[in-house]
Amino acid sequence: MSASLQNDPSLAVPAPAKESRGGSLGPVRNLGLVIALVILCVVGIITAGDRFASTDNVVTILRLAAVTGVVAVGMTFVITGGGIDLSVGAILALASVWATTTGTQDMADSIGWIAMVFSALLVGTCAGVINGVLIAYGKVVPFIATLAMLASARGLAEVIADRKTQIIRNQGFTDFFGAEPAGIPVIVIIFAVVTAAGWFLLNRTTFGRRTFAVGGNPEAARLAGIKVQRHTVYLYALSGLTCGIAAVMLMSRTTTGSSTHGTGLELQTIAAVVIGGTLLSGGRGTVTGTLLGVVIFTTLTNVFTLNNLSTSTQAVANGVIIVIAVLLQQQIANRKT
Amino acid sequence: MPQPLLEMRGIVKEFPGVRALDGVDLVVRAGEVHCLLGQNGAGKSTLIKILSGAHDVDEGTILWNGDPVSFADPQAALATGIATIYQELDLIDGLSVADNIYLGHEKARGGVTRDRDMNRSARELLRRLGHPEIRPTREVGSLSAAGKQIVSMARALSRSAQVIVMDEPSAVLDPDEVDGLFRVVEDLRSSGAAIIYISHRLEEIRRIGDRLTVLKDGRTVATDLPARETPTAELVTLMTGRTVSSVFPRRTTTLPEGAPLLSVDALTRPGEFADVSFDVRPGEIVGIAGLVGAGRSEIIETVYGARRAASGSVTVAGRPLHNGSVSAAVSAGLGLCPEERKSQGLVLDDAVYRNISLASLDRFAQYGISREGAERRAAHEAARSVDVRPDDPNRIIRTLSGGNQQKVVLARWLLRSCKVLLLDEPTRGVDVGARAEIYALIRELADSGVALVIVSSDIDEVLGLSDRVLVVADGRVVHDGPSDAIDASGVLDRILAEHDSTPIQEEDIA
Repeated sequence: MSASLQNDPSLAVPAPAKESRGGSLGPVRNLGLVIALVILCVVGIITAGDRFASTDNVVTILRLAAVTGVVAVGMTFVITGGGIDLSVGAILALASVWATTTGTQDMADSIGWIAMVFSALLVGTCAGVINGVLIAYGKVVPFIATLAMLASARGLAEVIADRKTQIIRNQGFTDFFGAEPAGIPVIVIIFAVVTAAGWFLLNRTTFGRRTFAVGGNPEAARLAGIKVQRHTVYLYALSGLTCGIAAVMLMSRTTTGSSTHGTGLELQTIAAVVIGGTLLSGGRGTVTGTLLGVVIFTTLTNVFTLNNLSTSTQAVANGVIIVIAVLLQQQIANRKT
Repeated sequence: MPQPLLEMRGIVKEFPGVRALDGVDLVVRAGEVHCLLGQNGAGKSTLIKILSGAHDVDEGTILWNGDPVSFADPQAALATGIATIYQELDLIDGLSVADNIYLGHEKARGGVTRDRDMNRSARELLRRLGHPEIRPTREVGSLSAAGKQIVSMARALSRSAQVIVMDEPSAVLDPDEVDGLFRVVEDLRSSGAAIIYISHRLEEIRRIGDRLTVLKDGRTVATDLPARETPTAELVTLMTGRTVSSVFPRRTTTLPEGAPLLSVDALTRPGEFADVSFDVRPGEIVGIAGLVGAGRSEIIETVYGARRAASGSVTVAGRPLHNGSVSAAVSAGLGLCPEERKSQGLVLDDAVYRNISLASLDRFAQYGISREGAERRAAHEAARSVDVRPDDPNRIIRTLSGGNQQKVVLARWLLRSCKVLLLDEPTRGVDVGARAEIYALIRELADSGVALVIVSSDIDEVLGLSDRVLVVADGRVVHDGPSDAIDASGVLDRILAEHDSTPIQEEDIA
């Protein structure tokens, strides 16, 4: 195919109105979130002053955001790929329990605390693979498949832990993850690394590109030669892996493994992903938006805590902020197009 | 001359940055089929939306039986007596036929629907349309495209519409279904209704139309032309502003002798098609003609691996393909432009260049990391070589016309330098001007040595474009020969001969 067609220019179809361009909506979409975050910070400074605007408090916010944030990055991939993962909290609990059983801890004592980390990541990834296989090859609707995983993973965690909280006694583990090089907690560093890697994976790799295609139009992706089923498994495996990472982070923060870890995490992460601008119907997603979404929710919690307000008022505010953020984004997006 | 039923004068409609309509006149009389012609972007859709009450007019007047009217919303247009049947049928799949017909004006008492009443009147309407076999209680999602169209028409009738606007009603139908549609249109006309009929297909306008109006760039360029007698050349010139010498580019060189690039041997899928064999040499275009449901699309989707063959084999350049694997087919050099471009071919909310590179992502990646600059440049070049307009690789594909969307799908396989290209309905929903360009592109691909297989409901298209034609009826190849040795009636004869020997299924349309 060499030469281009010879065309009569008078044939040219009149160009329709210029509409939104491909990638340039990203920053616009995030603008609403940045505005929301700024307003929140202003409120924080006015009501709590220096207690809010201190380095210590910023680190506290990030430390709180870290666990949800890591899981939300995985969730961004699943939702962009046209799915949903309700089982993240349960997988996190199962991974934390598995990694803190007497058996695992004994192994950690002999070969090093890495054994605990490794088993948490492995358990999380395996649970994700099971989700993915059920959805991609078993044709189970994602909502149902991951709902079943939610119930059974948490159930299994309870069985293993016998409903008891398992204390981590490995000093190496708590020392490593509890460290604060240059004042930044290790779990915040992990959060940053996972977010950066997620951004890169989604925007700069063929894996990311396929994720958009699979979520945007799975049939077109399949007919273009993309292995849609296999890719779907990868997406849920990735989500499971982030749950495993988050389990390690939560284990270090609480020095325990427990079947109650991560309760309600699925709703927090989905809310953060969606207000971040990722479409629930798939095909469009942004890790930056997710990051902002997570930070907004955590900052809100922080402002409320500093002002000694109840968690119930906070839940109401969470609901309101979801609606406001989404409305703001639509306003800005409409004006731009 | 009696007063026109509907008269539109000097209609202007502006959207931010575009003047979509710039002085459109349209006069429609009771009891006529008035055809509206124009390329994509000429303003037909905007005009329809004004008629249906979806858009306001900025300037101009609409007269209904001589009295000025304006439609604030779709309900107002319906109340006046204008019903619109959209191209993308606006039916709700999960509701019954009767529920769809009466959607928005349900027969109800105190908010409680009277299903029996609705079913009875729906049955009456369907009978009037000549389709008593469609049960009012049936779920609309289970009907064929033709059946859904009948339901849309029944909906228009239920509003006692005097003007019915049909936007490309035949686009989703095959020839015998189109005959059924035309019978219904004739009935409506003889009952005194006026039909505004929009179609890209000139031969249909010849058959069904009384008068026609041509739009170009938002203006009426000709009106009150006799639909049957106006020469095609004149219509094409009016629509495109240029003359079309030959629509189908003929082969200029003799077909090189050589081993087949694609060999299909005894391919079978029970219930769909059986024992299909054919070869395609490099540079050859093989057309598959047949009715919808004859197994055409199923055959090429099976060749492509999107369906798994029960028996038989597909060989590309001497190497057999793994059965039922699209990715194996794509790596072997096959490409498919699917039948349903929007649902199967494109990621509609993604950019043009990303849709083009979709099948070649690995080429632009090192260790899985994509080199977006190189990717965008190569995709842009491919888009230019097929002349996608506008020339903007970042544009969202949804905003492109049908013809340009199809060019994007072609560009995808150009970029991959595929060896065998399968095209299913390559010009569905593509306007006359862009159609000629796509034909030229297909011919150009063949001249460069690609082997092509084309499936189309339009028999003239298959014959005009291909070197060799296969006629498929009831899942079997009933004819295989050079396309200049057979004409459209010959193709139909062979299909019918096959149909006569096997009983036709009842409820063909539903």
